[in-house]
Amino acid sequence: MPNSLRRHLLIAGAVLAAAPCAHAQGDTVKIGLILPMTGPQASTGRQIDAAVKLWQAQNGNKAGGKTVQVIVKDDAAVPDTSRRLAQELVVNEKVTVLAGFGVTPAAMATAPIATQSKTPMVVMAAGTSAITEASPFVVRTSFTLPQATVPMADWAVKNGIKKAVSLVADFGPGFDAEKYFDSQFRLNGGEMLDKLRTPLRSPDFAPVLQKVRDLKPDALFVFLPSGQGAQFMKQFGERGLDKAGIKLIATGDVTDDDQLNDMGDVALGVINSHHYSAAHPGATNKKFVDAFQAANKFRPNFMAVGGYDGMRVIYNALNATKGQGGEALLNAMKGQIFESPRGPVLIDAQTRDIVQDIYIRKVERKDGQLWNVEFDVLKAVKDPGKLK
Amino acid sequence: MLTLLFDGIAYGMLLFILALGLAVTMGLMNFINLAHGAFAMAGGYILIVLMQRHGWPFLACLPVAFVLTAAAGALLERTLYRPMYGKPHLDQVLFSIGLTFMAVAAVDWLVGSSPQTVQLPAWLRVRFEIGEGAWQLGMGAYRLFIVAVCVALALGLQAILARTRFGSRLRAAVDDPRVAAGLGIPVNRVFLMTFAVGSGLAGLGGALGADILGLDPTFPLKFMVYFLIVCAVGGTSSITGPLVAALVLGIADVMGKYYVPKLGAFIVYVLMIAILLWRPQGLFSRQGAR
Repeated sequence: MPNSLRRHLLIAGAVLAAAPCAHAQGDTVKIGLILPMTGPQASTGRQIDAAVKLWQAQNGNKAGGKTVQVIVKDDAAVPDTSRRLAQELVVNEKVTVLAGFGVTPAAMATAPIATQSKTPMVVMAAGTSAITEASPFVVRTSFTLPQATVPMADWAVKNGIKKAVSLVADFGPGFDAEKYFDSQFRLNGGEMLDKLRTPLRSPDFAPVLQKVRDLKPDALFVFLPSGQGAQFMKQFGERGLDKAGIKLIATGDVTDDDQLNDMGDVALGVINSHHYSAAHPGATNKKFVDAFQAANKFRPNFMAVGGYDGMRVIYNALNATKGQGGEALLNAMKGQIFESPRGPVLIDAQTRDIVQDIYIRKVERKDGQLWNVEFDVLKAVKDPGKLK
Repeated sequence: MLTLLFDGIAYGMLLFILALGLAVTMGLMNFINLAHGAFAMAGGYILIVLMQRHGWPFLACLPVAFVLTAAAGALLERTLYRPMYGKPHLDQVLFSIGLTFMAVAAVDWLVGSSPQTVQLPAWLRVRFEIGEGAWQLGMGAYRLFIVAVCVALALGLQAILARTRFGSRLRAAVDDPRVAAGLGIPVNRVFLMTFAVGSGLAGLGGALGADILGLDPTFPLKFMVYFLIVCAVGGTSSITGPLVAALVLGIADVMGKYYVPKLGAFIVYVLMIAILLWRPQGLFSRQGAR
């Protein structure tokens, strides 16, 4: 090797070595992915983690000319832990993006850190409407409860349901679901007989289900966080509510694709509204589901698609800013339009929330498995929580 | 109304079976075992693994859950618990809560942390309905099954404790281990048996309750408070105390969630405070018991 070339290489090496000191980020962009990998919400973490890995396997680890490194941290859905982990990621790891957030309290606790450090925060799961208002740096790629609930209330009235009872889990997203179902249902001329709440940590639904039965509504509207659906469906059937002529309508959280198959026949015919079903027709989704199932032993659910699209939003934005972070990156996330496995999606530039199609689905058995089969759609639904 | 009462009784019976082992170790052996819920969880998971992965029938799983957790209880009593009997209560609490956390982490690692569901056989999923209107009594076969099993167990245990030689040895060993040992009672073996049966009952309760209470690795922490309330309210010196306390709590919990859903889960605590103000020793307790 000629001497001059060796010298050039040495200089280049020295510059590269010095670069990280001068410029903290260097050639890598770090994404701090905070997920509940253990605890009761672990299925959410597992789904999103798998989806993020799938995205990187399909699209490489380069975006905006930099290497993208994902750091996964487990918060077990405990908000204090999410906040502490976010702090560590921002201060020690100097992450460019915070992402993940399995439950609303975790996202809410982290939002102030995103604001103070001017770090874009991509919410991939939590669904309370107010999260995007907690910090101007929050961008959401999952869905909001009002978004999924209002179409359900519309459908119910159109299909002859006049009297309804709502049953929600006693926390943020539950209040959203209850409020928007109630107002939309009554706006359309329906009558709410009662609004019931059930504690998050008490899975015996006997008393509330008995109450519903005695109230004799046409339908029971349910929101429960991903994971409690199976238990609920079983008790619903055992108490004979289906035989008493009470229809079960729900948001898609209850008939979560991840658990749907274990619920058994009682889930058949349940009408629900959501933004994603693994059975969504179309080539984009088929490709996504096939690749996901090839890499994992389970079916992708709406959490997985939130994580997958979250990565897409981050990659697109990094490409646009050439790897720059902070407010530039945030601005590049706003207004993105793309074709997700769930259908066409827009990140609203004003609210930083997702605008997407909401599907009305029915649980059916196909090829020996239970699926949420879509039969109606509302195009481009904005979060009703933001339309004041 | 009657349906609610029935649901409450079933729930109470379940609490009774789960908490009984704790009442026995706490009241009779004077040992605070906060790891009790871990045995219940073990029973639940034994049921799930046998039924779901190995296709065992439901009824065959229940005795296995009892026997295996009892064996685990005996093993742990022999190795870990026995040296703790003489230690102060704080040491016992710290030791057993540590065991609980280890059990939670172990199950999380072995089985995964998602909630498990039990597929009951069809004959337990039927529902009987008697009467009309407000006095209609609706009973799920499974809850009826729980009530029957628990009543049988309560009667059997009471008989063993009050009538048999083992029962009187146990009571003697508890009242004064030194004198009892001097009289030739094998105190260690009596304690070992008692502890094993208590753990086995927890395991059986966990297996029976997996369907109604739900089952995930945080089970011991989630229900520990309920078990302790049953023991505190019922007093720990007999079987009747925890039985009555568990029934009262179960019925109050179900009724409370039905009639005043806003207060929901809080009713149980109000009731506990009220009862303990009225009878600080618990509903049934021997005066002067340690």
